[in-house]
Amino acid sequence: VMSVFVTVGTTSFDELVETITSRPLQKALQRRGYNKVTIQYGRGNYEVKDVSSADYSVQGFRYKDSIAGDIANADLVISHAGAGSCLEVLGAGKALLVVVNEKLMDNHQIELAKQLYNDGHLVFCTCSTLLETLDSMNLTSLVKLPEPKTEEFAQHIISHFAL
Amino acid sequence: MEYWLWVLLLIIFVLVFMRLKLKSNTKQGKKRILAIAGSGGHTTELIRLLSSLPSATLERHYAVADTDRMSIKKITEFESKLSSKSKYFTYVIPRSREVAQSWLSTVFTTLFSFVYCIPVILKSKPDILLCNGPGTCIPICIAALIFKFLGFCRGEIIFVESICRVTSMSMSGKIIYPFSTKFFIQWPHLLTSYPKAIYLGGRIC
Repeated sequence: VMSVFVTVGTTSFDELVETITSRPLQKALQRRGYNKVTIQYGRGNYEVKDVSSADYSVQGFRYKDSIAGDIANADLVISHAGAGSCLEVLGAGKALLVVVNEKLMDNHQIELAKQLYNDGHLVFCTCSTLLETLDSMNLTSLVKLPEPKTEEFAQHIISHFAL
Repeated sequence: MEYWLWVLLLIIFVLVFMRLKLKSNTKQGKKRILAIAGSGGHTTELIRLLSSLPSATLERHYAVADTDRMSIKKITEFESKLSSKSKYFTYVIPRSREVAQSWLSTVFTTLFSFVYCIPVILKSKPDILLCNGPGTCIPICIAALIFKFLGFCRGEIIFVESICRVTSMSMSGKIIYPFSTKFFIQWPHLLTSYPKAIYLGGRIC
């Protein structure tokens, strides 16, 4: 089973959910070999209809306390540009495709996703370019996100305050 | 006239007493840290920072915005996982800025929440203030700086700019920068405008 997990975080992103569940997109996902799609659609108005056949399934839910399990089980994560989602997925070492909400294009939240894209950690597109991106993207060229410098930070504080 | 003299004497007495108390407190070895939580994402980062610090030598105090149930939940969860189940303290303060609030009304709500921050500083007597960007940190840091000036607490500010800030500093960051002991950034671009900042070569949390 090759699975895709789609997440919109705590907001709503109906355009993404609609695009993903549209016929051409479903075909594109299957072309890449994905046969299981799980969609976390937050507080969107567009509800995901479950599909289940022998070789292809779609499942949706609004929220969960933790989506860590869904991320761990996925081969590809398609996410909104939220910093929390991006870092959680990349931290788990998963291939990430970020779909930017064009309505929030000037929002500084997107700065991070753009930078991570520039550094080669994720694939970046909009709803209107999602289809062609799915067909053309090369996930093997993605660069793993380096580990955080939390220890170095702690050392600064420990030595300054003699903890 | 004489009345004012007595008030002045009383203030001096209180300040001296506070300083003496501060000295005797720091002798016990445990440092007090006041971690300032904001909304969701900020709190997750804040807890990751806290979990990297030794829990046994820190007495942890948390300031949380009153509209934020999620942060309180995350803090309780973090504390329950610690091996040294020591006592910790939580303070609730009114939010200084809701998302999309105008800057002018922000000035007033910040002043309003400032009043609530004074008892937080008096109770927590922080040696370290740890903040990573939420608007709540501004009134608390101002209160802490005043009491630090009076010699009541060590009140050193450790600021960690959000990882979302790639090319420009947050409003809180700009305000706190000149008063911070250590100011961490997670992207090198910001070093040009904020040379005192510390960049550790990558993201921190």
